[in-house]
Amino acid sequence: MSFHPLMVYDRDHFHRSERTRLDEGKAFTFTPERRAALDDLLTKYPPDQKRSAVLAALYLVQEQEGYLTANGMRHVAGILEMTPAEVEDVATYYVMFFRERVGKYVLQVCRTLSCALAGAERVTEALSEKLGIKVGETDPSGMFTLLEFECLGACDRAPIVMVNNEHWHERVRPQDAGRLVDDIRARGVAAFNGCHLKLEKS
Amino acid sequence: MMEPILTRYVREPNSYTLDFFLKHQGYDGLKKALGMAPNDVIEAVKASGLRGRGGAGFPTGLKWQFVLKDTPKPKYICCNADESEPGTFKDHLLMERNPHLLFEGCLIGCWAIGAKVAYIYIRGEFYHVQKIMEAELAKAYAQGYVGKNIMGSGFDCDIVIHRGAGAYEAGEETALIESLEGKRAQPRIKPPFPAVAGLYNAPTAVNNVETLCNLPAILTNGAAWFTSLGPEKNGGPKLFCVSGHVKKPGVFEATMKTTLRELIFDHAGGLRDGHKLKAVIPGGSSVPILLPEQLDIPASFDDVAKAGSMLGSAGIIVMDETTCMVWVARNLLHFYKHESCGKCTPCREGGDWLLKILTRLENGEGEMRDIDLLVSVGGNIAGKTLCAFGDAAATPALTTVKHFRAEFEAHVREGRCTLPADWRASKTPVGAH
Ligand SMILES: Cc1cc2nc3c(=O)[nH]c(=O)nc-3n(C[C@H](O)[C@H](O)[C@H](O)COP(=O)(O)O)c2cc1C
Ligand code: SF4
Ligand code: FES
Repeated sequence: MSFHPLMVYDRDHFHRSERTRLDEGKAFTFTPERRAALDDLLTKYPPDQKRSAVLAALYLVQEQEGYLTANGMRHVAGILEMTPAEVEDVATYYVMFFRERVGKYVLQVCRTLSCALAGAERVTEALSEKLGIKVGETDPSGMFTLLEFECLGACDRAPIVMVNNEHWHERVRPQDAGRLVDDIRARGVAAFNGCHLKLEKS
Repeated sequence: MMEPILTRYVREPNSYTLDFFLKHQGYDGLKKALGMAPNDVIEAVKASGLRGRGGAGFPTGLKWQFVLKDTPKPKYICCNADESEPGTFKDHLLMERNPHLLFEGCLIGCWAIGAKVAYIYIRGEFYHVQKIMEAELAKAYAQGYVGKNIMGSGFDCDIVIHRGAGAYEAGEETALIESLEGKRAQPRIKPPFPAVAGLYNAPTAVNNVETLCNLPAILTNGAAWFTSLGPEKNGGPKLFCVSGHVKKPGVFEATMKTTLRELIFDHAGGLRDGHKLKAVIPGGSSVPILLPEQLDIPASFDDVAKAGSMLGSAGIIVMDETTCMVWVARNLLHFYKHESCGKCTPCREGGDWLLKILTRLENGEGEMRDIDLLVSVGGNIAGKTLCAFGDAAATPALTTVKHFRAEFEAHVREGRCTLPADWRASKTPVGAH
């Protein structure tokens, strides 16, 4: 049934949920260090609420494998006493989890209003042109993935690019975007200028 | 301009360290609170009239008073550090430059409602901030400001920083609780409210970062001082985030007596040279637009509401005359479509439809009846959903049509965007972003 009388759902107009099969990946167990980190995190929640650590556990899988694999999720389910479906349910909801292999550097350009007003669309265009890939793709060398993200909570430093869910590069100008790519190739994460800590009076 | 309270030292080197904080009255408010009966702390906060800084402006003292008292269950403070409302970046600054102020606020809240743990739910994207906070939290534990027998008072209280993973909806208080419990960030049906059955089904208060950061000063300086700082019922210092087409975007601390015009033109330096103000979104992307002639009002919860919008998260987004309002609506509907948690049909389906209609309008492929269709679809979302996200998602479409209908009509008539700015994409079609 349609939600609005003027919006029919027929053969050509329908809504289909986007369920994707997850990549099985390699056989998975946490490295001893990651397993210890997870056990330590579990002490922060009530003993019968292990499930609270699921996001943290999935970050650890992603750190180990580069993305979330079905094997990794089943391992997490076993530790946290969840069903694999429950873990998958969570994993597929949050945008910071990658469900396929990504490049060494995932460039996450903020696309929301304040960044867009400051030229974010042109930054994305410039990066896309430089890398020869579209948003959502990884370049053939496996070095870069280009993504668009929604407001990152630093609109005063627009446009913002986040890298690998962790590093930040702020006030990116479209004309500098190409150079940033070269700079990352040369210097790795040292190429990023960071975030608010720069506020300090020197 | 007032002497900043919350952000006074943010530009000082090392302002985020425990040593610096202790040299500047750090943890004094907590000390005061621990010398008072918990209920007296709640009364002091009620007397201050402190209103939640997360968006709704609900009185914090009242929220705490509702937290169920006679229960064998543990109680919790959940600090909402999800800060994802487009245009909002104040909690980011507070946590990065003044994390101990937040810890102090969390502990005061826990003492007041009788909780032994505060969970700070921080958005996953703020990992660089979280690492600073964790290092500082460890120092606070080591020196007896958090953990067992805090400052020799006999009060035990833990603080846990919990990392989210990218979901705007996790900022809605019951969705935040679900997410903390290890589920999808989808809201619960209310009642029961978190004050009765929140985290792990136990009584819980969800408070915004900036809200909690106000508590130490209320306890040290008193409720009367706090109320005197702003218009009636809108007391205390307030952080305003100004972004968009201004010369000096940033976080500005002021009282809610300050007008929107002063914030934009004095604090944020006004518009870029040679440009004219076109529209302002005063409280984060979810609130209706104000026009340039509506800005001579105090930036308070009540005055902005009277003008037909909301102060919301105090994220003031400024747009100049180069901005196409159809494009603005489309940009924001992309956000809302992407972030809808999918639990209720009007929001899940309606947001998608609004985005589709706006995309074809912006591309010059729309028809005149699409404009009324936007209003009709928007009206079928607003007020008909489980959480306030639905209203928020409909707002950008409804408010732009209301104020700038002629621009929508021009797109249809001319079959193209009539205001393509030089800061927008030039080579990829609308819809690619
Ligand atoms: C869709 C949606 C998103 C929200 N996002 C946030 C947020 O990022 N941060 C926040 O503090 N409050 C957010 N809120 C408001 C919270 O639900 C809640 O009212 C607030 O955290 C309560 O704290 P306060 O009383 O201190 O403001 C959001 C609400 C909705 C409906
Ligand atoms: S209004 Fe939207 S975000 Fe809120 S519960 Fe419904 S679908 Fe989820
Ligand atoms: S819009 Fe990009 S950080 Fe807010």
